[in-house]
Amino acid sequence: MQAHLSLLLVVIPLAAAPVVAILPQGRLPWAVSLIVTSICAVLAGMQLWAVVHDGVISYELGGWAPPWGIEYRIDAVNAFIALIVAGIAAITLPYALLSTEKEIPEHQIPLFYSAFLLCFAGLLGITQTGDIFNVFVFLEISSLSSYALISLGRKRQALTSAYQYLIMGTLGATFFLIGVGLLYSQTGTLNMTDLAKLLPGVIELKTVHTGFTFILIGIALKLALFPLHLWLPNAYTYAPTVVTVFLAATATKVAVYVMLRILFSVFPTGFVSATPTGDLFMVLGIAGIIIASVYAIYQMNVKRLLAYSSVAQIGYIALGIGFASASGLTASMIHVFNHALMKGALFMAVGAIVYRLGACRMENIHGLGRQMPWTFAAIIIGGLSLIGVPGTAGFISKWYLVLAALEQQAWIAVAVILIGSLLAVVYMGKVIEALYFKPATEKNLSVKEAPILLLAPTWVLVIANIYFGLNTELTVGIAERAVQVLGAVAK
Amino acid sequence: MSAETMILMTMLLPLLGAVGIIATRRHPDLREAVTLVTASLVAILVIIIANRFLDGEEFALTVAEPLAGVSIAFKVEALGMLFALVAGLLWLVTSIYSIGYMRSHNEKNQTRFFAAFAVAISCTLGIAFSDNLFTLFLFYELLTLSTYPLVTHSGTAEARKGGRVYLGILLGTSIGLFLLGILITWLVTGTITFQEGGILAGKLDPAWAGLLYALFLFGIGKAALMPFHRWLPAAMVAPTPVSALLHAVAVVKAGVFTLLKVTIYIFGGDFILSNDVTGGLVWVAAATILFASMIAMSKDNLKARLAYSTVSQLSYIALGAMLASKSALVGASMHITMHAFSKITLFFAAGAIYVATHKKLVSELNGLGRAMPITFGAFLIGALSIIGLPPFGGMWSKWYLGLGAVETGQLILLGVLMISSLLNIAYLLPIPVRAFFSKPTSGEHYTEIKEAPKTILLAMLITSITCIILFFYPDPFYKLARLAAGGS
Repeated sequence: MQAHLSLLLVVIPLAAAPVVAILPQGRLPWAVSLIVTSICAVLAGMQLWAVVHDGVISYELGGWAPPWGIEYRIDAVNAFIALIVAGIAAITLPYALLSTEKEIPEHQIPLFYSAFLLCFAGLLGITQTGDIFNVFVFLEISSLSSYALISLGRKRQALTSAYQYLIMGTLGATFFLIGVGLLYSQTGTLNMTDLAKLLPGVIELKTVHTGFTFILIGIALKLALFPLHLWLPNAYTYAPTVVTVFLAATATKVAVYVMLRILFSVFPTGFVSATPTGDLFMVLGIAGIIIASVYAIYQMNVKRLLAYSSVAQIGYIALGIGFASASGLTASMIHVFNHALMKGALFMAVGAIVYRLGACRMENIHGLGRQMPWTFAAIIIGGLSLIGVPGTAGFISKWYLVLAALEQQAWIAVAVILIGSLLAVVYMGKVIEALYFKPATEKNLSVKEAPILLLAPTWVLVIANIYFGLNTELTVGIAERAVQVLGAVAK
Repeated sequence: MSAETMILMTMLLPLLGAVGIIATRRHPDLREAVTLVTASLVAILVIIIANRFLDGEEFALTVAEPLAGVSIAFKVEALGMLFALVAGLLWLVTSIYSIGYMRSHNEKNQTRFFAAFAVAISCTLGIAFSDNLFTLFLFYELLTLSTYPLVTHSGTAEARKGGRVYLGILLGTSIGLFLLGILITWLVTGTITFQEGGILAGKLDPAWAGLLYALFLFGIGKAALMPFHRWLPAAMVAPTPVSALLHAVAVVKAGVFTLLKVTIYIFGGDFILSNDVTGGLVWVAAATILFASMIAMSKDNLKARLAYSTVSQLSYIALGAMLASKSALVGASMHITMHAFSKITLFFAAGAIYVATHKKLVSELNGLGRAMPITFGAFLIGALSIIGLPPFGGMWSKWYLGLGAVETGQLILLGVLMISSLLNIAYLLPIPVRAFFSKPTSGEHYTEIKEAPKTILLAMLITSITCIILFFYPDPFYKLARLAAGGS
């Protein structure tokens, strides 16, 4: 089985999706999805272990040798991302049972889980494959299913948000495809390892540069890199809670992975620093951190507030990419992981409030902190991690990012990172003030703590936020290894 | 008990206490018993550690190492021992006081109050024993967060506003400047562990040292140097025991303590002296001393006046740190203790007055002395000790600070210290004088007013008598201060 590990990770959820769709209503679809995601999480863990110990895994699909056939090529970078995706999915599913029963009409539940598994398979596929056209295919699988997932939200705005995302997402995917086509026209290959070999020969060509730009913009859209983030706040706000948790913690992370792969593995060493790409990322990262954080402060819906915070956090990741140095990329990789933890925990905790209240606008949640102490504590700890208080995972990200900035004496970036933390204090403070200090309304006084099935997964992530703030062997260790694999960075 | 367990216990005991306090929330008497027992155990523990430390035993412990070279580690050294001793002993006294205060006030949410208090003490001891800047920073931030519910205790709009200023300034300076200072130190030297003689000498271009020192000086917002002092008056909306222990002792002293740690163990006194790192910055401390004293004079609200007095007195310590000569460092370290005991007495008295009479303004205190002789007697002792007169402990720290100024040839700074003492007299002494010698305004009679409850009086007596004892017997603190300053 060891040999087929990489393929199984994609095939299992892909095959399970149609099965789940035809299952009878009730809890069976959920149970099957839970089993599938748990298996995948274990497999992803094994895969990462195998990569760390035995080196790169290369799997030839259908026995066709690359570069002609499709190759699944797993190294520390994508094994790490695959583990994040599968791990988050496995933690989200126990949470999903009650949350979806509340938010999604009964007859749609099998279809919901089917779409969820498709999206999951798509995201895993992107991480596994070594073929750039295959990346596009999986990108579309995950995107199309996520449009469906978002449109299942209870409010009517969910439909317009899904439509908005559909337009932007399709634009992004098309741009990506055009870029891939242009690269193919010059090199005649779609295998990423092969591309990396051939590109240096044609790197001066305008066509290659154009292709690069198309790909960059395409992924930046999926990544919700400021100012291409417009789809994200609506999508996160109106999607069903489970979808928000899952997408916030994984979808943008996978896009970050594709970006890293293209920028540093496929294109030759120094390309990012030689072109204005690095500066572009830095400028957009800085703008994203500041502007999205300020937007977050003014949001009246907690989910939307967290969504804007996500855009800001993507800014941090972009900043790390922009430095194009080993420490900068390490910071980005660590933050990909840590941000999945903190936003997962926060969206879950807010989801628990939605579960009890049916809403999460600032004026609805007054005084809930006393009514739901465990949920409240989860929001506090998640918030602290977001701010980057020492002892939490968020601090580790900030530590590496600021060091990377200091290394290049990018003083503006240093200031922006620290100011971003302070803005996070302000917007998380607003949520906490509403939850704790505003007197509870009559209605809120009768609200009870969320059920254990929602609290347990939330707290798994909350504790992970603290654990990975104190023990970074996994995160930093793998991230550093991943950066070595990406290799092509100026030291 | 092994040395490692003992250090851990100092921090775990208050945490366990907090859990116990929450568990016994339905039985107030039992809850208060938990507080007292925990506080007593902590006090005993720090005394034992201090004794064994002075006997030459070493206490060190690494708990976790999140990043290579960046660990959560504790080590007992002289300065930290001194701070832990002050915080540990005064927690017990304050607990006795709080029980009387909170009960006679019928405050709400007393469980939260006592639990958060215990957590704050745990963080304070964590700061005192931390072996590197990362550990210190961790507990520094946790202390800010754990005291936030205490500042906003009453939940009123004013308290929330005060809380916002409190969090805003303390988190803002610490994340924006202090953390930056730590990161730059790490980048330059590759370590952030405290070391005898400092770690920057020879690694950092002296031209940049002043700038780095400024990052620390202003970044450690808890030291309340102007212009980052506003959080301290804002925190006065908290109940008086909080103002007394946290905002005259634990939190603010954590600030100046951190500054001293950075001065002695990161920069090193010799590095500062030989490169004149702090030449310009001492004036920030000097200005804070004078301006804060002047603002204190203009305040009619008793707690606000005491708060500005604290701002001013904290800068004595900052000044001592920046002068960096042996005597100055001894004086600064001693002042942590001396100011703690004196100022907590003043706050205790202010709280006692409030409990007994519900008066907050200095101008309302005329003639109260006869009704509350013990309270105002204690206030007088605390005030004289702050001014620095014999036979009160406050004299010693001012003595050594003055000596430090002379040693380094900073005669103007010596003048600043003198003027400040005069200002202290001007804003502190009128309070007991009014109480004892002035007639009550507009024919009020204070026949029905009595002293505050016994626990409050007891706490006040303990601290005020300690102020006198410390004059005749400053030994344990003096010894620790000398050790910290690098003498023997």
